[in-house]
Amino acid sequence: MKNKKNIERKTDFIQGNIACAEGAIAAGCNFFAGYPITPASEIAHYMSRKMFEVEGTFIQTEDELAAIANIVGASWGGNKSMTATSGPGISLMLENIGLAVVTETPCVIVNVQRGGPSTGSPSVAFQGDMLQPKFGSHGEYQIIALAPSSPQEMFDFTVEAFNKAEKYRIPVFILADSLIGHMRERVDFPLDDEIILEERKKLKNYQGIHQKIFLDENVAPMPIFGEGLKANITGSTHKEDGFRNVSDPKIMDTAIKRLSNKILKHKEDIIAVEEKYLEDAEVAIFSYGLVYRAVLETVNIARNQGLKVGSFRPITIWPFPQEQVEELSKKVKTIIVCENNLGQIYPFVKAAANGNAKIIFLPPKILGALYKQEEILNKIKEVIS
Amino acid sequence: MKNTVGHPLKKYFRGEINYTTCSGCGNGIISQSILRAIDEIAIIFDQIAFVSGIGCSGWIPSPSFNTDVLHVTHGRSIAFATGLKLAAPQMKVIVCAGDGDTGAIGGNHFIHAARRNIDLTVVCVNNGIFGMTGGQVAPTTPYNSVTTTTPYGSIERPFDLSNLAIAAGATFVARWTTYHARSLKNSIKKAIEHKGFSFIEVISQCPVQYGKVIGMRNDPVSMLMHYKECAVNINKAKNMSADELKDKIIVGELVEKKNIPELTDEIKRLRREASRK
Ligand SMILES: Cc1ncc(C[n+]2csc(CCOP(=O)(O)OP(=O)(O)O)c2C)c(N)n1
Ligand code: SF4
Ligand SMILES: [Mg+2]
Repeated sequence: MKNKKNIERKTDFIQGNIACAEGAIAAGCNFFAGYPITPASEIAHYMSRKMFEVEGTFIQTEDELAAIANIVGASWGGNKSMTATSGPGISLMLENIGLAVVTETPCVIVNVQRGGPSTGSPSVAFQGDMLQPKFGSHGEYQIIALAPSSPQEMFDFTVEAFNKAEKYRIPVFILADSLIGHMRERVDFPLDDEIILEERKKLKNYQGIHQKIFLDENVAPMPIFGEGLKANITGSTHKEDGFRNVSDPKIMDTAIKRLSNKILKHKEDIIAVEEKYLEDAEVAIFSYGLVYRAVLETVNIARNQGLKVGSFRPITIWPFPQEQVEELSKKVKTIIVCENNLGQIYPFVKAAANGNAKIIFLPPKILGALYKQEEILNKIKEVIS
Repeated sequence: MKNTVGHPLKKYFRGEINYTTCSGCGNGIISQSILRAIDEIAIIFDQIAFVSGIGCSGWIPSPSFNTDVLHVTHGRSIAFATGLKLAAPQMKVIVCAGDGDTGAIGGNHFIHAARRNIDLTVVCVNNGIFGMTGGQVAPTTPYNSVTTTTPYGSIERPFDLSNLAIAAGATFVARWTTYHARSLKNSIKKAIEHKGFSFIEVISQCPVQYGKVIGMRNDPVSMLMHYKECAVNINKAKNMSADELKDKIIVGELVEKKNIPELTDEIKRLRREASRK
């Protein structure tokens, strides 16, 4: 049963976490599993009520290992599933995130980041987990990750996350900052018919034991459980038909490359970036998430002062917008990378720029206390003069 | 015309598979017991999904059984099965797990699934050892056993997995050994038809890794005869003293509780309540 309320245009003043939950429901999410953790718990609170209203399922699991396992199981049962947590929860999920990737399971994983490592500072804004979903699970793999910078984007990007998860049969991450999760702001809800939903390609009928259900760079059809399709699913290295082969390096080679290419060959469709004032810019500021808000304001002020500065913002963090950054590096003299961490994405910017422009890393003076406007403005002035 | 005799369970197999199980392993008896139970219930195989983890037991259904099979990470099979069952409650979901899977790394999922009384059937292959990884001590290995990680003898007391299931709230619990193949099959039948969390513990021979611990290396027949000698039915065991039961294996249907709310039913109830608001 569809949520019937969005037939009238609606605007609300809500928390980012609630906007995220609403986005999930708008995208057709009907399964939520999670374990409470600050600063993500509001998503679970909201879903514990809403999931049943849309004839879906909510379960508070025994831990995050179970949460990710539950959403993967539910996805094979035909549901659109998600979990929401913070860094410690992702740390526990990592092994099964790898299983979700290798079994090509659509699901959405929200990380409302806190300060870390370990228990860290639960409600302090930090972008400390940017590399974790991409590199945390063992082996070589691709995932998709989006970084919202407002409650509105918590809604919009969550819809997008479900769409990309379904389209590419892959776990998609929302990498939010704690302050984006907890911030209250105006959110405009689209009408139902304005939301374009992507649905997974499903295997329609059983085609014998060697049916192709994996490892197609253009995404193989998914055999949903319970439909007589005799799905053969394993986290071990397998062939297109799901049969395990754990000894032949050629089969592993094919599996790893096809899985990666499934994402990398569709970068153009997957990657989104936002560029502002770059036409004549000498300096570009690279930022994302919460930091982008401060950067955009500063860039506006700098422009008013006649400084030729623009903003480059990756919406998609993974796969990394390598080509877009390379293009940028050919246009500007300097790229200032602003991140609320000790430089997690900075090396990727530097590598993509490949010497074309000077790349400077500018962290906030106090991690988690965010940037003072002068910190960024002074740097721009210093670089331009 | 040539007379060919087909195995009655062949129809349940995916085919074209090289079996990696050691000869004499209990897994073969357990595979057959599961499939014979299904055959006797006469349920359509497509309506059953199997979930298994990592360990020799994981290879009972994966990829051999020709229905939906989800082969996951070590210890997590019950958690994946929970999500699957919640999303597809019309399916019968059977988990094949090892004693390490269930009692060590996945212990938390095990007790919580029992507590929730979710309608899963867990067939736990208890061979008293980590078979796949080379005969290390398991949480089920008897006290003072010499294994590859307890060269001086194990100093920890083992879990009784069935009692753990009962304490955690499982509503159908049975224990058999691979010697009791027919009784095992009958209990698996009951477990599949039982609405709620059912746990079948099968004491099973690993002649390769556990055989050497008890001086029966590569001797599955002696292991089976040993099970025969040690087994005491629960009905008889009730009237025996703790001393008399020392080193015995209590077999039989240990618990059967009806009318305890089952998780997927509870979720349906919440949906009805939510829609009334
Ligand atoms: C996270 C993780 N840790 C360790 C292992 C290695 N491992 C594979 S199977 C296994 C134990 C198997 O014992 P059990 O569950 O009793 O199954 P059996 O092989 O005896 O049937 C271990 C430790 C693993 N696969 N994953
Ligand atoms: S190691 Fe033991 S449990 Fe594993 S297949 Fe061989 S005999 Fe069976
Ligand atoms: Mg074992």
